Amino acid sequence: MSTQLAQFQAAFAQALFAPQDVADPVVQRLVAQPAFAVYRNTVMKGCIDALEANFPAVARLVGGEWFRAAAALHVAAEAPRDGRLLNYGSGFADFLQGFEPAAGLTYLPGVARLDALWREAHAAQDAVALDDAASLARCAPQSLATLVLQPHPAARWMWFAEQPIYSIWARNRRSAEEAEEDLVWQGEGALLTRPADTVVWRAITEAGCAFLDACAAGLPLADAAERALAVDPAADLAALLESLLCAGAFIERTP
Amino acid sequence: MQSTAVMSITAGLGLKPEHYDAALSSQVEGLWFEVHPENYMVAGGPRLGWLEAIRERHPISLHGVSLSLAGDAEPDAAHLQRLAALAQRIQPSLISEHLAWSAFDGRHFPDLLPFPRSTEALQRVAANIARTQDALNTSIAIENPSHYLRFDRHEWDEIDFLAELARRTGCTLLLDINNVHVSARNLGFSAADWLDRFPHERVSEIHLAGHASDPMLGDALLIDSHDAPVAPEVWRLYRRFIERAGARPTLIERDGKVPGFDELMDERAQAAAELHRIVQEATA
Repeated sequence: MSTQLAQFQAAFAQALFAPQDVADPVVQRLVAQPAFAVYRNTVMKGCIDALEANFPAVARLVGGEWFRAAAALHVAAEAPRDGRLLNYGSGFADFLQGFEPAAGLTYLPGVARLDALWREAHAAQDAVALDDAASLARCAPQSLATLVLQPHPAARWMWFAEQPIYSIWARNRRSAEEAEEDLVWQGEGALLTRPADTVVWRAITEAGCAFLDACAAGLPLADAAERALAVDPAADLAALLESLLCAGAFIERTP
Repeated sequence: MQSTAVMSITAGLGLKPEHYDAALSSQVEGLWFEVHPENYMVAGGPRLGWLEAIRERHPISLHGVSLSLAGDAEPDAAHLQRLAALAQRIQPSLISEHLAWSAFDGRHFPDLLPFPRSTEALQRVAANIARTQDALNTSIAIENPSHYLRFDRHEWDEIDFLAELARRTGCTLLLDINNVHVSARNLGFSAADWLDRFPHERVSEIHLAGHASDPMLGDALLIDSHDAPVAPEVWRLYRRFIERAGARPTLIERDGKVPGFDELMDERAQAAAELHRIVQEATA
C-alpha cells in the first residue's frame, strides 16, 4: 500500500465484512467500539435493500426474511462494483443457482434473471417504437425479405426451456388480486418491452426468441425467419411478427 | 470556472419516487428538490423523464453519495462523466458531495465512511474535489458527515479541515445540522460551540433531518437515520446558526418511513418560515 490513507481504507473495508480478521491496530481500535456496528449495519442494509428493490419477484416468492438472509450472504461475497445501486445484483441469479438452501426452488434463478431484465428495460435508452404494421404489410415480399429491423433498446427476451419461468415471474410482479391461471410445467419465454413509458411483458415462443436474436445480430428478416423456422418448423411467422410489432419490440426505421 | 445559478434562499425537500406526482403539481413558491444523482444515471426511461418534468417546474439540487472523495483514489472517471452528463441535462442549482469515502479497490460500500483527518488525506480530498469541479465546470458543496467512532488521533480538526478544503479548491460547504447534533452527542462535544465556529460565509446549503437512538445502546449512540421528523434540539441549533449566519437554502431530508408528501411539506414550511423570519429581520 502506498499511503497511510490507503492502508487504513483497506483494513476498514475488510472490517466491514470480517472484523475479526483485521490486523491494522488503528482499525482494530475502531472495530472494538460498539458504534462500529453502525457502519457494518448501514453498509449491509443498503446493499440488501438494493437487492430487494431490484429483485421484487424473487423477494415475493421466498418472503422477506428468507430473501434478506440469502441476500446478506451474497453481499458479503460480492459487494457492489458500481455506486449506482440500481445496477447491483448482476451476479445474484448465478448466486441463487449455486445456493444450497435454494436447491429445491429450481425456478428461482430464472425468476431473478427476469427481474434483472425488467430493470434493464426500465433504464434503457429512449427510442420511438415501430408500430406501423400496415406499412410493413404494404412492402413487396422481396423488400420485406431484405428488411433489417432493429430491436428497441428497451426490448429484452429470454427463453427458458424447462420451466414456466415467465408465468411464475409475471404472477409475482402483479397485484395479488388478479386472477391466476394454473401453471403448465413446460418451457416458456418472456418478452419485455417499453413502447411508451412503462415496461410491459408478454409470453414469447422459442422461435420468437430466435427471430429477435437474429434481428439483434443485424440479420435481414428472411434470415431471421429462417432461424425461427429452424427452431420450430411450424412457427407462424406472420403472427409472430405482428405480435412483436404490437409489443413495440423494434425501433422506428429511419426512411 | 462558472458557478451554477444560486438557489433562491428558500426551503427544499428531498424528492422520493412515491411523491413524483405531488411534487410535479405543487405550486408552492420557492420550492426546490434534491435527489441523489446515482438514482438517475440511466440511459433513459421513465425515471429520468420524471426528473426532467419536475425540473421544468422546480429547481433541482444534485446530492451525490458515491464519489468517494476521501478515498485514496481519483474519482471514477466514468462516474464523473455520467454526473457531468446528468448535470448538463438537469441544470441543477447546486451539486454536492460528502467529506467521506465509500469505495475501495473497486468495491462500493453504500455509506459515508470515516477516515483519519491527516494532511495526506487533506491533499487527496482537495485534489479529488478539484478534479470533480473541473469535470463539472462548476464548484461543488461538501457536506460534514455524521460521526460514530473515536479515532486515536486526527491531525486536523473537522472545521479546520473543511475550511482548508474550501480555501484550496473554492468549494462551498453543505452544513448538515442534524449530523452535527448526532456527532456531538456520540463523540461528546458541544454542537452549539461547534456551529458557532463554523465558517458560515462558506455555507451554500443546510440539511435538516431526523435521527434515531441505537436499538441496543439507546441515547448513548444516535444514528443519522433520516427516518423521523427533525428533532426539536436540531431546530434550535438551526435557528441559532441562521441567526448568526443569515438565511441559507435549507433542505428537509427523509429517506426511511417516508410519510405522505403533505406531511413533509409541513416540515418544509417550518424551515421556510424560519428563513422568512431571518430575511425579514435582516431587512427591518
